[in-house]
Amino acid sequence: MTNNDVSQGGFAEAGADLELVGISKRFPGFTAIEELDLTIPAGSFFALLGPSGCGKTTTLRLIAGLEEPTTGRILIGGRDVTATKAYQRPVNTVFQSYALFPNMTIMENVAFGLKRRGIKNADSLAHEALQLVELDHLAGRKPKQLSGGQQQRVALARAVVNRPALLLLDEPLGALDLKLRRQMQVELKDIQSEVGLTFLHVTHDQEEAMTMADTVAVMNKGRIEQMGAPQDLYELPQTAFVAKFLGQSNLFTGDVVTTAKSSIVVDAHGTRIEVPTDRAQRHNGRITVGVRPEKVTLHDSAPKADSSRNVIGPGRITDVSFSGVSTQYEVTVPHHGAISVFAQNTSISSLHHDGDQVWLSWSVGHTFGLADEAEGEPVSRFHADLDTSMIAVQSRKDLEAELEEA
Amino acid sequence: MRGFGKWGIWIYSGMAFVFLLIPIVYTIVFSFNDYRRTNIIWTGFTFDNWLNVCDAQDVCQSFGNSLFIGLVATVLATTLGTMIAIALVRYRFRFRNATTLLIFLPMATPEVVLGAGLAAQFLQAGVSKGLWTIILAHTLFCLSFVIVTVRARVASLDPALEEAGRDLYGNPFQVFWRVTFPMLLPGIVAAALLSFALSFDDFIITNFNRGAEVTFPSYVYTAAARGIPAEANVIASAVFFLAIALVLIAQVSAAARRRQLAKAG
Ligand SMILES: Nc1ncnc2c1ncn2[C@@H]1O[C@H](COP(=O)(O)OP(=O)(O)OP(=O)(O)O)[C@@H](O)[C@H]1O
Ligand SMILES: [Mg+2]
Repeated sequence: MTNNDVSQGGFAEAGADLELVGISKRFPGFTAIEELDLTIPAGSFFALLGPSGCGKTTTLRLIAGLEEPTTGRILIGGRDVTATKAYQRPVNTVFQSYALFPNMTIMENVAFGLKRRGIKNADSLAHEALQLVELDHLAGRKPKQLSGGQQQRVALARAVVNRPALLLLDEPLGALDLKLRRQMQVELKDIQSEVGLTFLHVTHDQEEAMTMADTVAVMNKGRIEQMGAPQDLYELPQTAFVAKFLGQSNLFTGDVVTTAKSSIVVDAHGTRIEVPTDRAQRHNGRITVGVRPEKVTLHDSAPKADSSRNVIGPGRITDVSFSGVSTQYEVTVPHHGAISVFAQNTSISSLHHDGDQVWLSWSVGHTFGLADEAEGEPVSRFHADLDTSMIAVQSRKDLEAELEEA
Repeated sequence: MRGFGKWGIWIYSGMAFVFLLIPIVYTIVFSFNDYRRTNIIWTGFTFDNWLNVCDAQDVCQSFGNSLFIGLVATVLATTLGTMIAIALVRYRFRFRNATTLLIFLPMATPEVVLGAGLAAQFLQAGVSKGLWTIILAHTLFCLSFVIVTVRARVASLDPALEEAGRDLYGNPFQVFWRVTFPMLLPGIVAAALLSFALSFDDFIITNFNRGAEVTFPSYVYTAAARGIPAEANVIASAVFFLAIALVLIAQVSAAARRRQLAKAG
């Protein structure tokens, strides 16, 4: 793997695999990461998604060599780098706090890594990187004279310019406005596919993670809850946390009453909900099943019996919020609480109103069964989940607000 | 009443300034005195004292000693103090708090006690007193001031900057000289200036540990009994002007840099 050798002074010609084996990290009195196993194939765009404080930054710091793991090994391109120092690893980081050198100009900041490796045309490469983030005209300024968003782009340029085998991005687009963020997302993807670097991108923003990444890992309390292609993760969440953190979900908990070959039936407060066997993580006892709000259809009257659909109702619409493309309804059904429904505004006649009595139905094939339970958990756990779902809701609201402004 | 208050402020601050400035003005004026045996009575104006400072050999010699001691002690104290300050902020070790407390002790101890204590130690260790014992003593008490000054600067330094340096392929040596040191420099310069001023100025501790060597303050002290030669006034005035000039240069260059930055932006 000579092409990844930093001391050679060359650029990484391609991204490298990253492998974390049995990594854990304990701070005095606090376990930030417990048992993390992760393989990121070379050249992929990997997103690490999770609520605040779940250990995302710590994971990146371990990989960058800024923190030593308590247990476990880190391999980059098949080479064990656990014992090497940060400056010896073919890895660069875009720091959450930018960490630009305040005593240097933007130009000097961007050229810093190149110069340390003794690369000849450092200055012209730095200019190219600055052009990429559209800041070349400010090359002579000091970081303090830049806006937060501009600083973030400089931090990005300073890391990308080194063409590392592995680029770690710690919420690099957090401070940018929506338009610039979308633009930078495209730029980032371009850079990534052009040079074939491996990107490990940390974010709060589920939409960012889903649109940019090949693989998304959802992290919670120092563990990876689920990992996979964005679509798989969305369509088939395996835990209540993922179901709620990534988009919204309606969850129902009950006992399994019938087990057939292709599907199982759960009795949730008298309502029978059928789940395909291969979409359920557990097949007996008390389980939680769910469905995404946009998969649910509203009916004015009880729908005809149909073995391919799950039906709940009647309930009452308690909230209607119209958002142009779609309408979000909140339907309160006795015993089941509030159920969200997203309906496309395809025809005016299909509009329902606050207080209307409705039935809900969705295709059995869209139902998923979780590995854990949403209800009846220890109180502390419940609180934590409430927090994280609130973060998800909040970030979604922020995004919507931004979208409206744009 | 209002009128009186307004005038009162002016008179009060005017008098404060006069009292502050009289000794300085006196020193400067009498550096131009064409004195015979004692420099107490004004006998006429001359530039001779300024042009031939080293005619009064002891003045020049003692001034040279003070400069040498000040420079060496400043370099030693600033280097050691910076290293200690970084260690105290960045590393957790046993007795860290106790060490921090000990650092403050020399600043709180009366100089007479410090000087006498050191003198006793030198005597016991059989070290003959001279320039180097003075330098050692000065380094010792300047050290505390350097540590306190630099420590504040280290504490306000974002560790993420050094991490970024390491992440960008800087080895520990490069990270220190290119990231840490430039960030600490203002603190280090301030500490060095303070050290030099303290060392140059010190009389009490020096007096206990100087043996036969004479520094500028101890020369002036001895000479005061007989009458201080105007050459001593020349040196005192020159030091005063130098200090003022340094401050002015610093101010002007800072303003120029600000203007330049504003233009660049
Ligand atoms: N040096 C440390 N000592 C003790 N605890 C720490 C230390 N660094 C981080 N932690 C704890 O580890 C947990 C994970 O922190 P981390 O910075 O990785 O979170 P994060 O997922 O990046 O959050 P955010 O999205 O807010 O940036 C937090 O609870 C934090 O308090
Ligand atoms: Mg973080």
